[in-house]
Amino acid sequence: MTSSTLQCAQTRLAYWLVLPATVLILAIYIIPILFVFAASLTDYTLVSDYYEFVGIENYRKMFEDEAFANALGNTFFYALLFLPGAFIISLVLAIAIQEQKQFRSLLEVLYFLPVTSTLAAMALVWAALMDSGQGVINGTLETFGIPGVNWFGNENVVLYSLAIISLWSIIGFNMVLFLAGLTAIPQNLYEAAAMDGADHPIDKFFRVTWPMLGPTAMFVAVTSSITAFKLFDTVAILTQGGPDRASEVFLYLAFLEGFEYFNMGYSAALSLFFLVIIFIFALIQALFTDRNVHY
Amino acid sequence: MADLAAPTPHWSDRIRPKSLRGLLGTLLLFLGAWVMVFPFIWMISSSLKPTDEVYDSDFTIIPKTFKGWENYYAVIFEQPYLIFLMNSLIVCIGILVIQLLTAIPAAYALAKLKFKGSTILFGTVIAAITIPINVTSIPLYIGLVKVGLLDTYFAMMFPFIVSVFAIFLFRQFFRGFPDSIIQAARVDGFSEIEIILRLILPSAVPAMAAFSVFSFVAHWNDLYWPLIVVQSQDKMTATLSMMQYQSAFDTDYGRTYASATVVTAPMVIAFLFARRLFIRGITMTGVKG
Repeated sequence: MTSSTLQCAQTRLAYWLVLPATVLILAIYIIPILFVFAASLTDYTLVSDYYEFVGIENYRKMFEDEAFANALGNTFFYALLFLPGAFIISLVLAIAIQEQKQFRSLLEVLYFLPVTSTLAAMALVWAALMDSGQGVINGTLETFGIPGVNWFGNENVVLYSLAIISLWSIIGFNMVLFLAGLTAIPQNLYEAAAMDGADHPIDKFFRVTWPMLGPTAMFVAVTSSITAFKLFDTVAILTQGGPDRASEVFLYLAFLEGFEYFNMGYSAALSLFFLVIIFIFALIQALFTDRNVHY
Repeated sequence: MADLAAPTPHWSDRIRPKSLRGLLGTLLLFLGAWVMVFPFIWMISSSLKPTDEVYDSDFTIIPKTFKGWENYYAVIFEQPYLIFLMNSLIVCIGILVIQLLTAIPAAYALAKLKFKGSTILFGTVIAAITIPINVTSIPLYIGLVKVGLLDTYFAMMFPFIVSVFAIFLFRQFFRGFPDSIIQAARVDGFSEIEIILRLILPSAVPAMAAFSVFSFVAHWNDLYWPLIVVQSQDKMTATLSMMQYQSAFDTDYGRTYASATVVTAPMVIAFLFARRLFIRGITMTGVKG
C-alpha cells in the first residue's frame, strides 16, 4: 500500500469513528440550541400547536417580569450566602487537613461523604434536622438558650437554610480541589520563605500558599458560582419556591415556566439567559486561568 | 492525589510546641467531620425506629424500640423500591456504555487521525461542554413528546448518551500516547481498529474508570431530567422517588428514612470501597452536579 492510499483509508476510517458522536452532538446540542433560540422568538406553548412569531417580546417580558426579578434576586442573595463559605471553609479545611499526618485520609473521606450521597434523599434528612418544632438543630439551639428558627417557613430565613444544605454538600468537593492545588506547591518555597523570615503560619499563607494557589482558587470560585446558579434539587424537594416565592431561584422558575405552565417560548428565553450567564463564567475562567498562572 | 511522598518534619515544628496547636486542630477537624457525617447517622438511626420515635425530643442514636427489620422489609418488598433501584441501574449503565462507545472512537480520531473538519468538530465539543441540560431540556422534551417516547428508558437516557466531556477527556488522554508505537504497529500490519482495541484501550483504563464513576454518580443522583420525562411509577428512578415525600406520601417516618437510606446507600458504599477513584472521578470536571 502506498502512503497516499493509506492516508486515504485512514481518513475514511476517521469519519466512521466520529460519525456516531457527531450525529448525536447535532441531535442533542446543536439542533436543540437553535430550536431554543427560535422558540424564544415565538409564543409557542405545548398546549396548542398554533404559535406566532413575536420577535423580542419574550425578552421584553422577561425584563419586566416581577417573577424573573424575584428569581434573579433570590439567586444572587443565595449565591452571596453560599459562595464565601464554599470558598473559605473549603480552603481552611484543605490547609488544616494537609498538615495532618495520621488522620489525613480518614478526614478526607468523612468530609467527602456528602458529595457522593444523593442530595434529593439527604434533603429529606435536612428537612427533619431543621424541623421547626421537633428538629435536632432547634433542639440543640434551645438547650443553649437560643430560640429555635423556622428554617423553611420564614421567608427571610429560607435562603439561609438552603445555603447551609448546599455548603454541607459542596465543602468536601472544593476541599479536594484545594488539596490538589496545595500538594502541587513545592515544599522548598516554604523553606525559602522561612529563611526570609516568614515563619508565622499567616505569613506563610500570604507569601507562599495564596500566590501559588491562584489558578486553583480561580477555578474553585468560578465552578462554585456555576453550582450556585444551578440550585435546583433542594428547592424542588423542600420548598417548591416557597414560602411566598422567597426561595424561587432562577432555574426553578425556568422549570416552572416550561414544564408546569408550558410557556415554552418564554421558558426558552429564560434558558438562553441562563446559558449566557454560564458562558460568562466559562469566559472568566478561560481568561484568568491563562493569565494568572504563577508557576 | 497522592499523599506527599516523605513526611519531612515541618519547619514550624522546630519553633513552636506542636502538640497543643496540632491537637486542637485535629480536634476541630473531627468536630467538623462529625457535623458532616451526622445527617447520615441520623438517617440510619431513624430508619431503624418506629415512627413516633423519629421526632422524639430526646434523640438517641441507638433506637429505644428497634423497628429496623420491619422498616426495611416494607421499603424493599412492599414498596416498589426494587423497581426504582433497578430503573436507576438500567439508566446509569445504559448511559455509561453508550457514552464510552461513542466517545472513545471519536476521541481517538480527533487525537491521532487527520481528517477535514476535525478542528470544527473539536471546537464544537469544547463549546458544548458548557451547555447544561437545563438549557436544552425544552426542545429535547418537545421532541420526545412528538415521537411519543416520553416515560421510556430511551427518554431518560437520550440527552446524555453522547458525553462531550468524555470526548474531550479521552482526546487529551490519547494525545499523550506515543505516535512511534502506533506507527510501529501500523508497520507490523495492525489495522487501525486493532490499534484502538489492543493498544489504546488498555492504556486508557484508568481514565475510563474515573470517567465511569463520574458519569454513574452524576446520573444516579440526577433529579432534574427524570422529573421532566418520567410519568409513571414503573419508570421512576430511586432519586426521583424522593420527590414523593414532599407531600405526605408516607406518614411512617421510620419507613421514610429507610427508603432515603436505600436510595443513598449504593453510591456511598461504592465510594467507601473505591475512595481514591471516586474522589478523582467526581472532581474531574470541577463542577459538582
